[in-house]
Amino acid sequence: MGAIQNKVAGPVSEELTLVQAAKRGDDSAFEELVRRYDRNVFRIAQHITQNREDAEDVVQEAFLKAYGNLAQFQEQSKFYTWLVRIAVNEALMKLRRRKPERTVSLDEDIKTEDDSLPREIADWSPNPEQQYTQAELREILSKTIQGLPPGFRTVFVLRDVEGLSTEETAAALELSVPAVKSRLLRARLQLRERLGRYFQRRDMGKSSDPDKNVDSVEVKTGEVTSGDGNQ
Amino acid sequence: MKCAEFLHELTNYLDGVLDEKTKVELENHLSWCHNCYVVCDTTKKTIEIYRDSQLYELPDDLRGRLRSAIMTKCQQHKKRGPQSV
Repeated sequence: MGAIQNKVAGPVSEELTLVQAAKRGDDSAFEELVRRYDRNVFRIAQHITQNREDAEDVVQEAFLKAYGNLAQFQEQSKFYTWLVRIAVNEALMKLRRRKPERTVSLDEDIKTEDDSLPREIADWSPNPEQQYTQAELREILSKTIQGLPPGFRTVFVLRDVEGLSTEETAAALELSVPAVKSRLLRARLQLRERLGRYFQRRDMGKSSDPDKNVDSVEVKTGEVTSGDGNQ
Repeated sequence: MKCAEFLHELTNYLDGVLDEKTKVELENHLSWCHNCYVVCDTTKKTIEIYRDSQLYELPDDLRGRLRSAIMTKCQQHKKRGPQSV
């Protein structure tokens, strides 16, 4: 099983050189930092907010905040991790504004103790993603990850999509390493189970919208039911 | 190793951070437990599909507009002084 690759471009020493130049007032160095990380920040923001306009705002606000507070950045962590922390906070604020009826925080999801334990253990088709067009696949992936609580999808996106290490994710989200690991496991298992509705081996051809018959998925070959299995 | 223990170690296994002894025990479990093998394999595929999906890519034109807006605001901030953010 290969290690997950980091999606961020360029070595850390280059990043530090740019940060130090930007601190001295070199705006072109800061602009280079924007170029380096704008795609990552946008992706993270859209995953958390699930809204394109909000994600655009988050990109602007996160970089502007980073610019305004650059003098306070201690250089003990990576600039990117610091930037992600700012962006995640901005994105969560957007989410709270859109959903004022419920509190959105990274801590709210901890109570979902057992629902990520595998219930459907049917195998997938080989290369399941090739059953769909690129547009269909993006729709499926987007819809599936939207169903995850914000605290789970944030951890999944930072770890598995953006390729931050467990420690970097913990630092960016101000969570402990065990909390990151626990959420990551649940996020991965929940996504796996939900994607299974689209990707399962089927003898009868594929359903066009498996969400319509979620409750009637009949393939169930076994269970892993121990409550202590996901720490 | 039991199924619950496998699940407990799954994330460490997929992230390649298991010690050798636990890794051998886990792979031994996978060699005979079909359910856990499927969970492991499809979880790995889930991660790969999301990682390779290019979901929420920033289009070039929007990217240019955002960067230019950011730099304009940064320059305004510089003129006004550090209290403005």
